[in-house]
Amino acid sequence: MASDTIESPTALLLLGCPQVPVQTSVAIHLCDQLRERGIAPVIAGTAAARKLIEVADPKRHYIGEVIDLDACIDAIAGKERDFDHAFVFIHNDGGVSYAGTISAISKARLVGIVYGEHAAETAATITFPCEVVAVKATHNPMPLVARLGRALP
Amino acid sequence: MSCIEQLEYEILLQGASFKESGEYIKKHFSEWYEVEPGYRLFDSYLIGVPPVVLGVDGEDMIFPYTKPCRGTFLLRARGPEEIAKLRARKK
Repeated sequence: MASDTIESPTALLLLGCPQVPVQTSVAIHLCDQLRERGIAPVIAGTAAARKLIEVADPKRHYIGEVIDLDACIDAIAGKERDFDHAFVFIHNDGGVSYAGTISAISKARLVGIVYGEHAAETAATITFPCEVVAVKATHNPMPLVARLGRALP
Repeated sequence: MSCIEQLEYEILLQGASFKESGEYIKKHFSEWYEVEPGYRLFDSYLIGVPPVVLGVDGEDMIFPYTKPCRGTFLLRARGPEEIAKLRARKK
């Protein structure tokens, strides 16, 4: 007998350069919050960003699939894969460029998580459709976690 | 490694913002085009804030290349086939 399967909604967490400490802990926290809502998190990042995540959650209690950043962009732009939600971690101009790319190639609801010493200035350069959560945070993740809570699905 | 990193290229700008790279192309090259991020160039999908500005100078493409940790580089690389594809593109 044929049966229909309903796949869980998915969320992409696109990590930038892990130069600013809050990125890793906020990403793992966000994975937990998404799972609580029945949304499967998928992390994409550079080798260093991925390694920080995987070492912090070795039994993968919170994180799920972890993929290479360039491969992720290739899959979305090549229309092989897409997500229901996309959270792009942004602390520099490069992060804004990646968020701009997701806005153009993906149908996901896009949230830009902007942090770091110059969060307000960085957020001001976001000129494409994107929900922005911007907090001046480098070491203390709590203000960012609190603001991000309001942007969760 | 990206296909772009395997090209022979010249770095025209380093440390500039993505926006500044686009402005540089428009100021210094008479032939330029605007494309969406995800445009396929040299077998790679372009990263950037829409619209992405691409320049043409003779047989060279002028284009931004963004890395997460190092920001945007403005590169020049020979690409007559890419230029033909860009010119033939539907506006």
